[in-house]
Amino acid sequence: MKFRHKSTQEEKNELPMTPMIDIVFLLLVFFIMTFKISAQEGDFNVKMPLQGDGTPVDNTQLPLKLRLRSNGGGDLQEILLNDRSFGTDWSQVRGYVASLVGDASGPTQDEGPEVEIDLDYDLYYVHVIEAITAVTGYRSGDEIIKLVDRIKFAPQRKN
Amino acid sequence: MRFRKTAAPAAEADLTPMIDMTFQLIAFFMVLINFSQSEQNDKVILPTSELAKPVDVPIEFPIIVHLTSEDAVVIGGDKVDLAALRSRMQPEIALLKLEGKGPADANIIIRSHRTAPGGRVQDLINRCQELGFEQFALRVKEEI
Repeated sequence: MKFRHKSTQEEKNELPMTPMIDIVFLLLVFFIMTFKISAQEGDFNVKMPLQGDGTPVDNTQLPLKLRLRSNGGGDLQEILLNDRSFGTDWSQVRGYVASLVGDASGPTQDEGPEVEIDLDYDLYYVHVIEAITAVTGYRSGDEIIKLVDRIKFAPQRKN
Repeated sequence: MRFRKTAAPAAEADLTPMIDMTFQLIAFFMVLINFSQSEQNDKVILPTSELAKPVDVPIEFPIIVHLTSEDAVVIGGDKVDLAALRSRMQPEIALLKLEGKGPADANIIIRSHRTAPGGRVQDLINRCQELGFEQFALRVKEEI
């Protein structure tokens, strides 16, 4: 009688790879499709408690009043800082703020000069951000030099 | 004479390196995927600023408010009328109180469209102030 050796028939104990690869590729395609390159976002902090009788008197050393005039269509017409006109040139405004503030140790959230922004109702928001950018600081190389850290809005103008 | 049958040589390619690479790619995309879809709104194009820097520490109790190009206020996907802001914010305030905090501890993150009127943003801030919120953040995009 003949016995067939079991070992002659090689046992295959490999895992089936095909389904796994299928799923892995699907996942890969999904992540590639949903991948979106978007620019980083940052914040400008504005601390504005409701004006009431409890609020202490402003201890600002330098009153900086920034008035933004709109041309009626939402675009910027004139920038006035403490009643001094700067046309529409933000770099001049920044230079003036820097000369006022000086190179003190740098402002913090609780002290240092404060800028009050007074804007026309219809002025585009993008100009408000330009204003905040101009007064908060400037970028030198990779570093951000801060000028003013406290921003607030003047009471609203209704037209 | 008997010949032992030789097994046919396996023509299978070695899949291991490919699977390794694929897993690496998946891991890469998974890490980079942006899940914060609720923070985005396609009707809002943020203004840019060279000083925009991503926040280092996560903002405490953020409430994101969008002001779209169509002059609508959107909170958490719901279009809200400015007059009805109070009722929309009530649950948020209740949630804050539940954690022993108040509206003054929350941060209102304003994502406004570039050409929205600045006065509208002020309107929004005033409304929020009336509800007791004090801390606001104006969100901008990094200038490239």
